Amino acid sequence: MRFVRDYLIPRLVQYVLVIFFGITAVFLIPRFTGQDPVLEIIAQIQTQGGSLDPIAVRKLTETLQELYGLRGTLWEQYVNMWRRVFHLDFGPSLFQFPTPVSELLRIYLPWTIGLFATSTLLAWLLGNVLGGIAGYFSSQSWSKILDAVIMVIRPVPHYIFGVLLLILFAYVWALFPAGGLMLGRRTVVDLRFVMIILRYSFLPALTLVVLGGAGWFQQMKLLVQNVRREDFVQYAQAGGVKERVIISRYVMRNAMLPQITQLALVLGQVFSGVLMVEMVFSYPGMGLLLYRAVTRGDYNLVMGIAILSIFTITTAVLLLDLLYPLLDPRIRHR
Amino acid sequence: MEALRELFRDYRFAVGFVFLVLLAALAFLSFFSPYDPVRWLQVPRDEPPSWKHILGTNAKGQDVFWEATFAIRNSLVVALIAGLVSRVVAVLVGFLAGYKGGVVDRVLMGVADGLLVIPLFLILVLVAMLLREAMTIVNTGLLLAFFGWAWDARTIRAQILSLREREFTQTSLLSGNSTLSLVSKEYVPFTIPLIFSTLISNIAWAIGMEIVLAILGLVRLEIPTLGTMLQWAITRQAMLLGHWWWIATPLALTVILLVALYWLSVSVSEYLDPRMRIQRIGAR
Repeated sequence: MRFVRDYLIPRLVQYVLVIFFGITAVFLIPRFTGQDPVLEIIAQIQTQGGSLDPIAVRKLTETLQELYGLRGTLWEQYVNMWRRVFHLDFGPSLFQFPTPVSELLRIYLPWTIGLFATSTLLAWLLGNVLGGIAGYFSSQSWSKILDAVIMVIRPVPHYIFGVLLLILFAYVWALFPAGGLMLGRRTVVDLRFVMIILRYSFLPALTLVVLGGAGWFQQMKLLVQNVRREDFVQYAQAGGVKERVIISRYVMRNAMLPQITQLALVLGQVFSGVLMVEMVFSYPGMGLLLYRAVTRGDYNLVMGIAILSIFTITTAVLLLDLLYPLLDPRIRHR
Repeated sequence: MEALRELFRDYRFAVGFVFLVLLAALAFLSFFSPYDPVRWLQVPRDEPPSWKHILGTNAKGQDVFWEATFAIRNSLVVALIAGLVSRVVAVLVGFLAGYKGGVVDRVLMGVADGLLVIPLFLILVLVAMLLREAMTIVNTGLLLAFFGWAWDARTIRAQILSLREREFTQTSLLSGNSTLSLVSKEYVPFTIPLIFSTLISNIAWAIGMEIVLAILGLVRLEIPTLGTMLQWAITRQAMLLGHWWWIATPLALTVILLVALYWLSVSVSEYLDPRMRIQRIGAR
C-alpha cells in the first residue's frame, strides 16, 4: 500500500497539524496584542453611563474572565480552550444572550457551506472550461474580448463588486431583493421555499462565481496556451484527431490537474470572499453573523466563527486532496 | 530606461500608469483642501453635485470631492505601509527559505502555508477588534503587513530556488565570494522586478482589506479612507435615499485605482517572463 503511505498518511498528518496550529494561532494572537477584552467591555459599560462600584466591577471581571476562558495561567487557559473546542462549547453569545455560540453557528453554518460549495464549484468549472476553450482559440476575436472584460473585473474586491451588483440589481433595477432573508423554523421543504432561497442567493452567488471564475479563466487560458504548443498536441492534430477531442481529452484534461491543486491552495481566500459577500447581501450565513458579532463587540462569537471556519476550510482542503487521486491516474498507480 | 520605453508600448501599462498618476494628483490636492476632513457640518448637507460642490455634499455636511482627496491619500498611505513593510518580511523569508533549504525552508514555508490555509480575514478581524481604538492609518498598515507576506514569500522563494541551481552561483562561490555578496550582488538585482510586481498586487490587496475592515467598523472611522467613506455612505443609507454621488465616489475611485494597479502589475510581470504569469495570477 504505497499509496496509503506516500499519499494518504502525509495528507492526514497535515490536516491535523494545520488545525492544531491554526487554532493555537487564534488562541495566541489576541493575547499578543496586549489588549484585554474584559477591560474593554467594562469600559464600554462605564462609558454608556452605567456606574459600577468596585465590588461589582470585580465580580463582573471574574464572570467575564470565566466566560472568555481568561482565568489561570496561559497554559491552563490553553488546555481549557482545547477542551471547549472538543465539546463544541464556545460559551454564550453576548449579543443574543444567553443563546450559546454553538447554537448560532449550527443555524448559520449550513447556509455558508451551501453558498461556498455551490459557488466555488460553479466558478471553478465555468472558469476552467471557458478559459480552456478561450486559450485554445486565443487568436480569435471573441476570446480577446472576453479576456479584456475579465482584465477589468478581476482586480475588483469581493465587497466592492457585491455592492455594485446590489445597487444595480436591487435598487436601480429592482430585480432581486436587497437581502433580508429571515431564518424561520421551516419544517416543510417545498418548491416555494426553494424558489425563495434561489431568489435571495442569486446575487451573492453571482458575485462569487463571476469573480472566482475570472481568476480560473485567466489561469486556465495561460495553461492551455502552453499545453497547446506541446508535441503530443501537434502530433494529434497531424494525425487527424478531431479538434473537439483534442481540446477536451488531450489539452483540457492535462491542464485541469494543476488547477485542482491550486484550488486547495486558495480555498482560504475564497472562503474570506464568501464571508464578505454575505455581509453585502445580508445573506444569513457566517459572514452576516460575523458582521453582527463584530459591530456589537461579541468576542466569544468571533472566536467561535474563526475556529469553525478553520475546521471547515481544512476539511474542504482534505476532501480535495482525497478526491485528487480519482482524477489523476498517475498518483493512483504510483 | 530602455525597459520603461518597452513597457509603455503595452497599452495596459500606459493606461494604468496614467490613471495612477491622476489619482496621485487627486491625493496631492488634499493638501490644499478648504475644509478639515474630520469636522462635520462644513457645508449644507445632502446636496447633489453642483458647480459649488462638484461631487455634491454628504449627510455629515462635508464636500464629497474634498473628502475623496483625503480618502485616496490615506488609503494609498495605508496600502504603501502594508506593501513596503510586508516586502521586507517576504524578501527575508523568501531568500532564507530558498537559499538555505532543508529544515529552515520547511519551517518557514510551513508557517506561510498555515497563514494561507487559514482564512486570514478572520484573524485580521480578531486582532483589529482588540486594537480598535488604536487602528490609525499607520497601525492599520502595519497590521496588514504583518499578515500579508505569505504568498509573496513563496513566490520569491521559488525564484531563489531556481537561481541557486544556476551555474553562476557555483562560479561565484568557488571564486571565493561570500554568501552575503553573492545574495546582494547577484540575486537581488535578479529578483527586484519580481519584488516590484508582488508589491503592486499586495498594495491592491491591502486597499481591499482596509475597505472591509472599515465596513466592520474596525478602523478609526473619523479618518477618511476609501473604506470609511463607503462605510459612512452605507450606514447612513445613501443607497436607499438615492444619494448616489456619495456612494458612487468611493466605489468608482476604488475600482479605478485597483484596475490601474492590476494592469501595471500584469504588464510588468508579463514583461519579465511569460511563464511567471501563471504564478502571479494565482496571487489574489
